[in-house]
Amino acid sequence: MNLTIPPFAKWLAVVFTVVLVALAFFAAPISSEKVQRGYRGTGMELVLNASTLDEKLEASQVPAEPWPREDTTDGPLASEVYENVQVLGHLQSANFDRLMAAITEWVSPEQGCAYCHGEEGNFAGDDLYTKVVSRRMIQMTQHINSQWTNHVAGTGVTCYTCHAGQPVPENIWFDDPDALYAGGLVGDRAGQNIAAPEIGMTSLPQDVFRPFLYEDANIRVNGNEPLPHGNTASIKQTEWTYGLMIHMSESLGVNCTYCHNTQNLGSWKQAPPTRATAWHGIRMLRDLNVAYLEPLGPVYPQMRLGPLGDAPKANCATCHQGVYRPMFGAQMLVDYPSLQAPGPEDLQDPPMQQTSEIAQ
Amino acid sequence: MAEYFNLFTQTQVRGPAEHGPPLTDTFYERSKAGGFNHLLGRIGNAQIGPIYLGWYGLASLICGFVAIEIIGLNMWASVGWDPVQFVRQLPWLALEPPPPSYGLSLPPLNQGGWWLLAGFFLTASIILWWIRTYRRAIALGMGTHVAWAFASAIWLYLVLGLIRPVLMGSWGEAVPFGIFPHLDWTAAFSIRYGNLFYNPFHALSIVFLYGSTLLFAMHGATILAVTRMGGDRELDQIVDRGTAAERAGLFWRWTMGFNATMESIHRWAWWFAVLTTLTGGIGILLTGTVVDNWYLWAVKHDFAPEYPAVYPIVPDPAAGAAQ
Repeated sequence: MNLTIPPFAKWLAVVFTVVLVALAFFAAPISSEKVQRGYRGTGMELVLNASTLDEKLEASQVPAEPWPREDTTDGPLASEVYENVQVLGHLQSANFDRLMAAITEWVSPEQGCAYCHGEEGNFAGDDLYTKVVSRRMIQMTQHINSQWTNHVAGTGVTCYTCHAGQPVPENIWFDDPDALYAGGLVGDRAGQNIAAPEIGMTSLPQDVFRPFLYEDANIRVNGNEPLPHGNTASIKQTEWTYGLMIHMSESLGVNCTYCHNTQNLGSWKQAPPTRATAWHGIRMLRDLNVAYLEPLGPVYPQMRLGPLGDAPKANCATCHQGVYRPMFGAQMLVDYPSLQAPGPEDLQDPPMQQTSEIAQ
Repeated sequence: MAEYFNLFTQTQVRGPAEHGPPLTDTFYERSKAGGFNHLLGRIGNAQIGPIYLGWYGLASLICGFVAIEIIGLNMWASVGWDPVQFVRQLPWLALEPPPPSYGLSLPPLNQGGWWLLAGFFLTASIILWWIRTYRRAIALGMGTHVAWAFASAIWLYLVLGLIRPVLMGSWGEAVPFGIFPHLDWTAAFSIRYGNLFYNPFHALSIVFLYGSTLLFAMHGATILAVTRMGGDRELDQIVDRGTAAERAGLFWRWTMGFNATMESIHRWAWWFAVLTTLTGGIGILLTGTVVDNWYLWAVKHDFAPEYPAVYPIVPDPAAGAAQ
C-alpha cells in the first residue's frame, strides 16, 4: 500500500498555516482589561471583557424621567382621585401619573397603558393579570429597597432594573424538567452534564436555582480546618455549589476573585467585601422567590408559566444582566422615592391585600 | 536527488518485511506483517504489523468495548436517544458515579450501577492490557520498563476511581466518565479540598510533568542535532562513545556545566514520567482522607505564606451557622 502526497497538498498546508497565524493576531476573540483588586502577585484581579463592555454600557443607558417630580404636599392624593389604588394611594396624584408614565416606558413601551389597563381604559379594574402582577411587583420593589439595603444599598432597584423596556424580563427561571431524574433503566444525568447557558455552558448541575435561590440548601462545602473534622460535603455537592457560583459569575460578568480570595475560596478572612453583598443577595432572592414570585403562579395565564407549571422567578441575572452593578450603578431610584418604601397603609384605597389573597 | 541523513530522513529504505523471532511458548498465531505505508514511514516505521493480540489482548479489547458501550449508550440515552443531540452534546455528556447517599453499597443500575459496571470492565481491560505489555516484553527478552511505566499511570487511575472512593466510603467520590464532566469534577475536587495547588504532591506531580516535557525537548533536540555524526545510533554511542556523544555532552557542559550520558538521559526521562503519576496518585490519595483543606495545611506547615490583609475584615454574615 503506497500513498503519495499530491503536489498541491504542500500549498494547502502553507495557506492553512498562514490563515491560522493571521487569525491569531488579527481576530483575537477576547480582549480583556484587568484591574488589580488584592495583594500584589496573588492574581486577585478583576478581568473585564473589553469586547462586550461597550455593548453592556450602551444597554445600561437609563431612560429619562417622563417629567420632573413635584416636590409638594399640595393637591389631591391618588387614592382620592382614582379608584382601587392599593399600593400607591399615598402619592400626590400628579406624581402618581408621572410614575405610571415612567412604568409604561420601563415595562411596556410598545404596548402602552393598555398592557395593564386594557383597551377600554378601565383603569380601576383588576381584570387583567398584568395589572395584578404589576401591583405585586411594585410592592416587591418597595420591599427590596427598604428591607434589603445590605444588598442593593442606596442605589436600589426600579422596575427598569429587571424589565429594561420589556414586559417580561429577559432573565428569569423556571423549574427545568430536563434536570430531573428521567426514570427508566439508562441515561440518568443526575441533573447535570448538558450544555446549559444559565451555568455558563459548563457540565455542572444546571437547575441550581430551586435548591439555592428558593429553598435554603447548604452552599458551603469547604472545611475551615487543615485536617478532617467531620465536614462530609461530597464532591457532587461541591459541583452544585460550583454551578451556582458560575451562574453568579456569568450574571455579574466577573471572575471568581470579585468575591473570593481563590487561594482559599471558603475563607472570609481575606475575601473582598463584595462577598458579603453577594451573600445577602442570595438571601434576598430566596425571600423574593418565596414571598413574591412563586405565589403569583395562579394569577398568570398558562403561557407565562414554566414547563412544569411554576411561576417565573428571579436569579442573579434578572437584575444584573451581565454587569457587576446593575446598569453600572446608575442612580435611578432617587428620582422615584415612591418606590423606596411602602406607603402608609391607611392612605391606600382599598387597604393593601396580601399575596395569598391575590392568589385566591 | 534524495540523500540519506539519518533515521528521520524522508528517504525510506525498504527491504523485506521484518517478521520477528519465531514464537515457541504459545499456540497463538501472530498476524502476518500487513505491508508498508509511505505516509506512516514519514513519521515512524513504514512497516505495519505483525500484531500479536493474544488471549490477554483479546480479553482486554472485549472488556474495553463493553465499558465504552455502557458509557456511550448511557450518554446517548441521556439525550433521549437523539442522534443529533448525542453528537452536539457529546463533550458535555457523562456517566455519573452513584449519589453519595449509596456509600459503597450497590446502587440501582440507573443511579450509578452502570458506572460501577463500566468502571469494572474498564479496569479489567486496563489490567489485562498491562499483563499483555509485561508478557510481550518478556517474550522478546526485553526489560519490563514499559509495563512498569504503564503501571504508574494505572496507579493514578486506581486511586481516583477505586482506592480513594473506598477509603472515603462512597463511590460518589469517584470521577464521572465524560469529557467536560471529568474536568468540572477535577475543578470541584480542588474547590472542595481547599485548593489542590497547595498540595505538595500535586506540586511534585506538576514538576515531573513539566520536567518530562523539558527533558523530552532537550533529549530530542540533542539527538537530532548530532545525527549527522551518527548520534541517532544511541545504543552504539553508549558502548562505543563516538564524536556525536562527545559533542552532545560537551554542548550541555558548555551551556549548563553538566550533562547526562547517552544512557542516563533515558533513565531521567523514565523516572520523570513515572513519578508524574506516582506522586499525583499520592496527592489524590491524601486528599479528604487525611487532609481536608490544603491551603490551611500549607499555611500551618509554612509551605504557603499568609498574605497581608488588603480589604477591611468582612465578618461572615452567617456567623458560624450552617449557611
